[in-house]
Amino acid sequence: MSKNNFTIKVFTGTKAAAEAMRQINPEVVAAYPITPQTAIVQKYSEFVADGKVDSELVPVESEHSAMSVVVGASAAGVRAMTATSSAGLALMFEILGVASGLRLPIVMNVVNRALSSPINIHCDHSDSMGTRDHSWIQIYSENNQEVYENTLLAVRLAEHPDVLLPAMVMQDGFISSHCAENTKIFPDEVIRKYLGKYQAKYPLLDVKKPVTIGPLVLPDYQFEIKRQQAEAMKNALKVYLDVGKELSKITGSSYLYFEEYMLDDAQAAIVTMSSTAGTTKVAVDEMRKQGKRVGLLKIKLFRPFPYQEVAKTLSKIKTVGILDRSESFGAYPPLAGEIGNTLPSSGWQSYVFGIGGRDIDVEQIRNVFEELLAGKIAREVKYVGLRE
Amino acid sequence: MNLKELVTKPQKLTSGHRTCQGCGLPIVARSILRATDKPVVVACATGCMEVTTTIYPYSSWNVPWIHSAFENAAATIAGVESAYQALKKKDKVGDIKFVAFAGDGGSYDIGLQSLSGALERGHDCLYVCYDNQAYMNTGIQRSSATPKGAATTTTPAGKVRQGKEEFRKDLTKIVVSHNIPYVAQASIYHWADLHNKAKKAFETKGPAFINILSPCILGWRYPSHMTMEIAKLAVETCFWPIYEVEQGKYKLNYQPSKKLPVTDFFKPQGRFKHLFKPQNRKILEEIQQEVDRRWQELQKLCKL
Repeated sequence: MSKNNFTIKVFTGTKAAAEAMRQINPEVVAAYPITPQTAIVQKYSEFVADGKVDSELVPVESEHSAMSVVVGASAAGVRAMTATSSAGLALMFEILGVASGLRLPIVMNVVNRALSSPINIHCDHSDSMGTRDHSWIQIYSENNQEVYENTLLAVRLAEHPDVLLPAMVMQDGFISSHCAENTKIFPDEVIRKYLGKYQAKYPLLDVKKPVTIGPLVLPDYQFEIKRQQAEAMKNALKVYLDVGKELSKITGSSYLYFEEYMLDDAQAAIVTMSSTAGTTKVAVDEMRKQGKRVGLLKIKLFRPFPYQEVAKTLSKIKTVGILDRSESFGAYPPLAGEIGNTLPSSGWQSYVFGIGGRDIDVEQIRNVFEELLAGKIAREVKYVGLRE
Repeated sequence: MNLKELVTKPQKLTSGHRTCQGCGLPIVARSILRATDKPVVVACATGCMEVTTTIYPYSSWNVPWIHSAFENAAATIAGVESAYQALKKKDKVGDIKFVAFAGDGGSYDIGLQSLSGALERGHDCLYVCYDNQAYMNTGIQRSSATPKGAATTTTPAGKVRQGKEEFRKDLTKIVVSHNIPYVAQASIYHWADLHNKAKKAFETKGPAFINILSPCILGWRYPSHMTMEIAKLAVETCFWPIYEVEQGKYKLNYQPSKKLPVTDFFKPQGRFKHLFKPQNRKILEEIQQEVDRRWQELQKLCKL
């Protein structure tokens, strides 16, 4: 347990994110309320209005401009943040690549919600999964406590000189974003000491040392620059553990690539992310009481993806069910695509669930475990909670 | 200050850049940037100015410079300026000026929303549109700034169509409607006027906008030594009047002593060549009428 004092607040996921942002107190926050919008920036605007932060709040005219403003601000040499969801993230797509290509350590909270069409606004992971190859660090949060802590950790990770990549912190739309939970909030001075001050290496505002940021790069250099970016993402694996250990001293939580829940002697395991991990833990507890050896591997860090560690942990488990909350039309969905290739083909099954906010309950997860225990493995993707 | 003194000031956009011989945009950039002695940070939209001045690992910029994308020069400079304001509150930074450059594509079309948002929010920046009247960097496609009748690669003169069929958008007027402190339309030929406008714009607190016609040898198809002459003809024909709107008040900066027909501006340019066929006389008449109508409207506004 942590040695530090903390206050328990009843926070929704959006408030937990806004609270982390208040403690970070970035110089610039820009945002736009696309449909569907979340309350993160509304809450932050209250902090600005009440003088609890001294950020420049830039209420832009689109998510495209929100990301463009934070890119400009971050290049200028300060901490800059935004938050978005669904269509807003899709609209940012072009500038997400600019942010990572310019190696700007921007941190953004993303509330996972379905992409159009049909327009839906409820939770699935199609928005952030659509950006998974855009060189942003991606951390998924199971609950509001994790939203708060992951946002703080993301700042240190993104700004580390061996990394310098933007990071997004995900939470499940409605399930986390709109539901209140007890959330431990650590003292401002302790968190601010952890965060430290951001020192940009080549700030645009250093007029005595003019830099050209974002030039035209032709085939003679582009490849090397992108290779350096890949190396930075690789470095993020190590730095994530380091900055996690430091944060752990404050919060008492552990920041590993994934959480293992009753995996040691498990015959069947589910791999999933975010709030569904909580539901899965309930199913595991119930089935364990019946003597069934089942467990959970909850992925927290999805980019960079900890291939070796996940493969090693799952190698001792007979059957693995990989539960994705998004489709990859015409291919295995994202998590299955990453993990399946590291496992023997007889040992894993891909499931898609929860699209467009379709609820998944404990019984459905128990059924998945029963299938896995019975060795019912197919090459085809199976669907949970779908009317067919 | 005379022109000779002005051009001996240290260049913020240095030589060695790769614009075409006779290109208008280095003249635009230098005319603007020499109008302030304060440190300046520049943002560029994707376009000719960006690709010709920053081919990695070289850069022609002696001042801090950033490029992000085609449609977001205004939002990008707004972000830089917001960071500056945050630091200024904490007394961590001295006086700096901010300027964004974008072509007509990045301003009239894909960047209009970003520009409009930044103007409305009141960032303390100067936005300069170098209007060469088409997507010159991407291959001379039509934009909403392309004048009626001009042949571009997406509005070629053919058997049934004679170049672009629509009149061009009036971006300067759109910007005026944002009620920002300073708006101007300028020409590279009228260098003293342009210098004064840039100076005023830099001294303005809040957003300022200057729209500058930037002749393009490649897209307009004229000999490269004629750039200044073409720029002059655009003003003398009232095709591109030069004026400013200070705190909502219009002021005409140049009244041609004898207004020339628009054909005088069109004649030296290959993009209008097809309009001089006898069967296209009607199109030329329509264009002249529209130029006259807009000119009269502007004169009225300047008398208010």
